[in-house]
Amino acid sequence: MTTFIARRLAIGLVMLLALSVLVFVLLRLAPGDPIDAYINPSAPLSAEALAALRARLGLDAPLPVQYLGWLRAALTGDLGFSTQRAGVPVLPLVLERIGPTILLMAAGLAIAIVAGISAGILSAVRRNSAADVGLSVLAFTGISSPAFLTALLGLYFFSVRLGWAPSGSMTTPGAAFSVPDLLHHLVLPAVILSIGHAALIMRYMRASLLEVLNQDYVRTARAKGVREFWVIVKHAVRNALLPVITLIGSTIGVAVGGAIFIESVFNWPGMGLLLVSAVSDRDYPVIMGATLVIGAAVIVVNLLTDITYAAVDPRIRVS
Amino acid sequence: MNAPVLDIRDLRTVFRVGGRELTAVADLDLSIAPGETVALVGESGSGKSVTSLSVMGLLPRKVGRIDNGTIAFRGKSGAARDLVGMTPEALRQLRGNDMAMVFQEPMTSLNPVYTVGEQIAEPMRIHLGRSRAQAAAAAVQLLADVGIPDPARRARQFPHELSGGMRQRATIAMALACDPKLLIADEPTTALDVTIQAQILDLLAKLQAERGMAMLFVTHNLGVVAEIADRVAVMYAGRIVETGTVDEVFDHPRHPYTQGLLRSVPRLGQATALKRAGTPLPTIAGAVPSLANLPRGCAFAPRCPYAIDACTVAVPPLADTGGGHGSRCIRWPEI
Repeated sequence: MTTFIARRLAIGLVMLLALSVLVFVLLRLAPGDPIDAYINPSAPLSAEALAALRARLGLDAPLPVQYLGWLRAALTGDLGFSTQRAGVPVLPLVLERIGPTILLMAAGLAIAIVAGISAGILSAVRRNSAADVGLSVLAFTGISSPAFLTALLGLYFFSVRLGWAPSGSMTTPGAAFSVPDLLHHLVLPAVILSIGHAALIMRYMRASLLEVLNQDYVRTARAKGVREFWVIVKHAVRNALLPVITLIGSTIGVAVGGAIFIESVFNWPGMGLLLVSAVSDRDYPVIMGATLVIGAAVIVVNLLTDITYAAVDPRIRVS
Repeated sequence: MNAPVLDIRDLRTVFRVGGRELTAVADLDLSIAPGETVALVGESGSGKSVTSLSVMGLLPRKVGRIDNGTIAFRGKSGAARDLVGMTPEALRQLRGNDMAMVFQEPMTSLNPVYTVGEQIAEPMRIHLGRSRAQAAAAAVQLLADVGIPDPARRARQFPHELSGGMRQRATIAMALACDPKLLIADEPTTALDVTIQAQILDLLAKLQAERGMAMLFVTHNLGVVAEIADRVAVMYAGRIVETGTVDEVFDHPRHPYTQGLLRSVPRLGQATALKRAGTPLPTIAGAVPSLANLPRGCAFAPRCPYAIDACTVAVPPLADTGGGHGSRCIRWPEI
């Protein structure tokens, strides 16, 4: 198990390195010059002054040199400074945004997992009943509703029309911090983030459980006189969860994308909002830093998924 | 003879398939005394597994159901109770406790995510109210009883860490956990190597003798029947066509189907003799009829060398040919 984790961590580091190269190259390929965003547009600089600034920021060096310079500093924990917020280092800027994003994603995924798995179990056990058909229709609607639509509809109905939830940000401005206030702000974006994932998890759980319920060992459990409730929960669900865990692990990367969007709609002060504003400002160091941190988080989560998998399924522990 | 543990009368089990009801088992009478082994023999689809699932109350819900008949079962309480029409909860309390089942596929009939010990301990915790520790200790003892070396270590292992033969021993240990009065073994040796088959048969025979259990042994293998059973019931297309003691039925088969089955069993040394004579191994001509499309009268008539017009008029009754031997052939005295 330890060698397994060590090997996965090593692979993760290589992937991070590749990710940083990819983002670095993509940014330089994108149209636009970071200098344009850096200078004050109402006070144009002379060509010499621009060249001097370019040299001072290291933007005149060849790309590999620029990248290696960034990498050397990054390895010591120095991700550079934001080109938009004068003198603000990237690392603390990124780190202070992680908390809200993790909170939003964790809440969204928790809702998706609980709702998706319970609905999937209900659907499989009551197969072809009205409840199953209803849940399946709901799931298809959920899978085919893009976040930009559900986020705006949710905002319109629950914040604007019904006034049940605040329309944005993490806390009430000006008010002292309180957990109920935070939860009140969290519910709507988290639920909207969860919709697509809950629907997907439900479909997987239903299919997986239906397959497991036909397995011989489920019949064996019934032959032993196990109560039907425990046949489902103890003997079938644990086996049916295996493919669902893989699904959940691999959707977390996708959930980051959804979170970026939802953070923009709900003005949620997380990584997504930071990344979106950094991209529109061509704040290269912040984009690099934020991407790297998100990439690292996804790699760690995937590792945790594999460990969970091994904990649930004894067959893969040895190999 | 003691009062039977299991006494099935006039059982009829139907399956709903595509809006039609098909009769999977009909007019079935079967009785097993304590300590006795009865083999139920037949090809796939003959209704032998459906019969065992009917007894266990494990017919697929909404698809299969018992349409008629009684299944009197004398469990640990000592009183005969009819399993037909019993509530699902009452049946559940008997399953794994008073009656237990061993299945065909040892590879898939154990749950891959629980240890062997946990799975053997489970029925004792459910039915006998044993604590986790008591049941775990009893599970290790059971593994020793079924001849698994180093049982304490094996109990902590998962099914995938055991060989096929050892897994089948483990499922037998699981079935015996609550000391049932009736053990139903549904092709327990079919999926195993021949040498392991013999070991498992010996084990079942030994355990049955020690515990005085009644055993219903479902198989398609006549060699296995000869080795383990006291009496045999041959099934064809949902009905018992011949029944009697193993010696009687094997030495003097009174139904053309049984005769055909016995003739088609390959014997050691026979293959070379047949090859020399240029004749293939005898087979029964034709195929098993579909339950959806059974012929009128005797279901075997279209394949039967002795068939006459009278055979297609009505389903022949199970005629007593003497000495507890019965045949569902109207021409049994002639053949």
